[in-house]
Amino acid sequence: MHALHPARDQDGAEGGGPARPGPADPKTVLEPAEIGRALTRIAHEILERTDGAADVLLLGIPTRGVPLARRLAERIEQVEGRPVPHGSLDITMYRDDLRLRPARALGRTEVPAEGIDGAIVVIVDDVLYSGRTVRAALDALNDLGRPRAVQLAVLIDRGHRELPVRPDYVGKNLPTSKQEVVRVLLAEVDGQDAVIIGRAAATEQRSGT
Amino acid sequence: MNRHLISAADLSRDDALLILDTADELARMADRPIKKLPTLRGRTVVNLFFEDSTRTRISFEAAAKRLSADVINFSAKGSSVAKGESLKDTALTLEAMGADAVVIRHSASGAAHRLAGWVRGTVVNAGDGAHEHPTQALLDAFTIRRKFGRPVGEGLDGLRVTIVGDVLHSRVARSNVLLLTTLGAEVTLVAPPTLLPVAVGSWPCSVGYDFDAVVPKSDVVMMLRVQQERMKAAYFPSVREYSRRYGLDGTRMAQLPEQAIVMHPGPMNRGVEIAAEVADSPRSTIVEQVANGVSVRMAVLYLLLGGAEAQS
Amino acid sequence: MSGGQSLSTSPGTWLIKGARPLGGDPADILIRGGVIDSIGDGPAPAGAQVLDAAGLIALPGLVDLHTHLREPGREDAETVETGTRAAALGGFTAVHAMANTDPVADTAGVVEQIWRLGRQAGHCDVHPIGAVTVGLAGTRLAELGAMAESPARVRVFSDDGRCVSDAVLMRRALEYVKAFDGVIAQHAQEPRLTEGAQLNEGEMSGRLGLTGWPAVAEEAVIARDCLLTAHVGSALHVCHVSTAGSVEIIRWAKSKGWRVTAEVTPHHLLLTDSLAAGYDPVYKVNPPLRTAADVAALREGLADGTIDCVATDHAPHPVEDKETEWDTAAFGMTGLETALRVVQEAMVDTGLLGWAGVADRMSRRPARIGRLPGPEGALAAGLQASLVLYDASARDTVDPRAHASRSRNSPFGGMELPGRVVATFLRGTPTVLDGKLA
Repeated sequence: MHALHPARDQDGAEGGGPARPGPADPKTVLEPAEIGRALTRIAHEILERTDGAADVLLLGIPTRGVPLARRLAERIEQVEGRPVPHGSLDITMYRDDLRLRPARALGRTEVPAEGIDGAIVVIVDDVLYSGRTVRAALDALNDLGRPRAVQLAVLIDRGHRELPVRPDYVGKNLPTSKQEVVRVLLAEVDGQDAVIIGRAAATEQRSGT
Repeated sequence: MNRHLISAADLSRDDALLILDTADELARMADRPIKKLPTLRGRTVVNLFFEDSTRTRISFEAAAKRLSADVINFSAKGSSVAKGESLKDTALTLEAMGADAVVIRHSASGAAHRLAGWVRGTVVNAGDGAHEHPTQALLDAFTIRRKFGRPVGEGLDGLRVTIVGDVLHSRVARSNVLLLTTLGAEVTLVAPPTLLPVAVGSWPCSVGYDFDAVVPKSDVVMMLRVQQERMKAAYFPSVREYSRRYGLDGTRMAQLPEQAIVMHPGPMNRGVEIAAEVADSPRSTIVEQVANGVSVRMAVLYLLLGGAEAQS
Repeated sequence: MSGGQSLSTSPGTWLIKGARPLGGDPADILIRGGVIDSIGDGPAPAGAQVLDAAGLIALPGLVDLHTHLREPGREDAETVETGTRAAALGGFTAVHAMANTDPVADTAGVVEQIWRLGRQAGHCDVHPIGAVTVGLAGTRLAELGAMAESPARVRVFSDDGRCVSDAVLMRRALEYVKAFDGVIAQHAQEPRLTEGAQLNEGEMSGRLGLTGWPAVAEEAVIARDCLLTAHVGSALHVCHVSTAGSVEIIRWAKSKGWRVTAEVTPHHLLLTDSLAAGYDPVYKVNPPLRTAADVAALREGLADGTIDCVATDHAPHPVEDKETEWDTAAFGMTGLETALRVVQEAMVDTGLLGWAGVADRMSRRPARIGRLPGPEGALAAGLQASLVLYDASARDTVDPRAHASRSRNSPFGGMELPGRVVATFLRGTPTVLDGKLA
């Protein structure tokens, strides 16, 4: 099976254009402290809009949505004083672009024991782009149960939606061109926190969600 | 060969780990209310079974259906093949029906190879004669990994696996020797000399005639089915002698290390190669192997069919 | 329609200019009245047809001791007509047709029929081989005497396809043929050791899960038969020797002065069992392809004369018998049209045998073993003008679809081989000219 590749992130050229060599002038648009503050703000917004997050369940989309979900859960727990269930939801099998590339390795799906029936599920991801990942996540949720409501929290919204998807909670709105690539780095995965924007380079591209 | 799964030798260590890790993730689906994924929607998987095998066929059927593929079952009895249609003509008919994948079980070694030359789709070998049965080896490896708590991403390094029985005629043995060794296990074959291939010394494993000597040093004992007809062809003098020297009974089981497990690809000859008390003991993984078979076969079908067509 | 001239037409006068007899210096070969008139440097007599053979090797017409023409009974695979065309294109002027037809060639009537079909076709001489036992069943001797006395003049008897495994029957057969200078050609294969066998027993068969055909099943029978032959003072010919052990046993038997001769096929001089890896039954043959060590020993045996000759064991099969799973496919490979080329590749171009040696192994010795009347197997003034002109410098890829044989099961398909048969003459009449049937 030489054509198979081990897990990469939700990579892909969804509207990102071909990788072009050239000056990749990456610019850091969010520093670690800003990321922290954005997450704290989102946590408070979730608390406000869900009346104290009583039935909230956070599901992060692998890879980087997962640590983000955990961080949000921690912040909510700090405020409310009780733990918030969180986990991960892999959407590989529900993607609409499966046939365009060799089969990808699966990410981990871990739903807390309470399940999603009747819960307010907040999908958490790092970047919202075309919206196809969220569409896949909705299909995946559908096969897991029936939530009371589904909301979407993203660290970055970079525009260029291809489906009617809108986020409920946004860390930062970042207008981008399709030739640009947005990369979110998180300490749990990449050793540091940063959001970087640059031209499409030879290294892995980050897809939109 | 990356389009097909015909031999365990087709899989590198990374390939094998990818299948096991994917199977691990898919196994969690068993707890869900909806055990279905949309991934292979619109694909057609044909089960082409020239040999009776309800267990394997149902396993592949369940795997394909859980991925939302359409499944067509073709069994040899009462079919055009029974009327003398050749394998090639059967293959061409499947082509015309638009099979994306053909899972083939056949009594002739090499049937999967030949089929791969006649169809454009993917060929999955579900057992060809005495040659190989790669998905069996994969589900065996998966079962071993789980039982020994090796985490996702890791192989079977250092585990001592002993395979006992009619190696000469066993496709399960051939696939397991190849795959388990690829995953880092130390494999030992135990059998009477008559049931070992002449050139077994060139295989990547150890060989022994004395079962008792190997039992205390085995983390896994895998018993192969022994057909009683072999006695008529003078491979061993009597079932009694075979059982005494190479069967796994309670006494031998008691000599196993504490954590050791007992496996069998099925169907079992209770009382011949394996005693009933062993088959029903907590060490036995025989029932789990069946369940794991569906997850592993789902992983194989997904990885072969779920993405873009691999370049040959 | 038979393409060759009927044997009754008187052949014309031919001057073959500049050929290299047995690979030696160029000379002109003058053919008149079906006979070699002279080899040397003469002017072309009036009315002679001239063939420019500059650079071509001239060999005596090749004699195949082991061919399956399939007629009567399996005309879907080959007929005497198509098989002898293939033979002529391969440079053969005489072939021995094996007896495993349907009906079996175990009576004077059947062998005579085959002999006549050969004469009618006219592309080469057909010498039918008579079965040793009735119906090849291995229990009762066939009427060997009647076959010997028939117009077909059978001298070689074989149950090829099957082994005469009963020791008593083999002894009787060896004794019986002494009366008419016959020879028993044994297909050495102990049947019980090879039940259901598919491929040489070794590393390959173990890996592929195919039932093995152990070398000892051939060697044990050869050893027994050599001893029997010595004991009763008869003559034994060993068909398609395939193992190093067999070569050693034959060498030993010959060293004792026993009348044992042996043949090897072209494919056993070149191919090994590793080709079976893809389970393509074009490589399935009996005896099976074996290991590189066996190939080396066979080449050495042919070079030093332990193995007397190359015999093709040309075994045509229709597509449906070969395009199946390995287990159910028929055993056998075609070989008439590629034989000389394979021998060049395996023996001449490797320096193991010169062209004189090729003439000896592919013409002189098989003619002697077949007890053929007439001076076949040499090139000299006064001898019959059966010869082949061969371009050893040519090279191309073998395409079985272009073969004259009715069947396509050649293991050399797609392989590059040297050489090309340019012309074949049968007693002064060309059967092949410019690489095509005349």
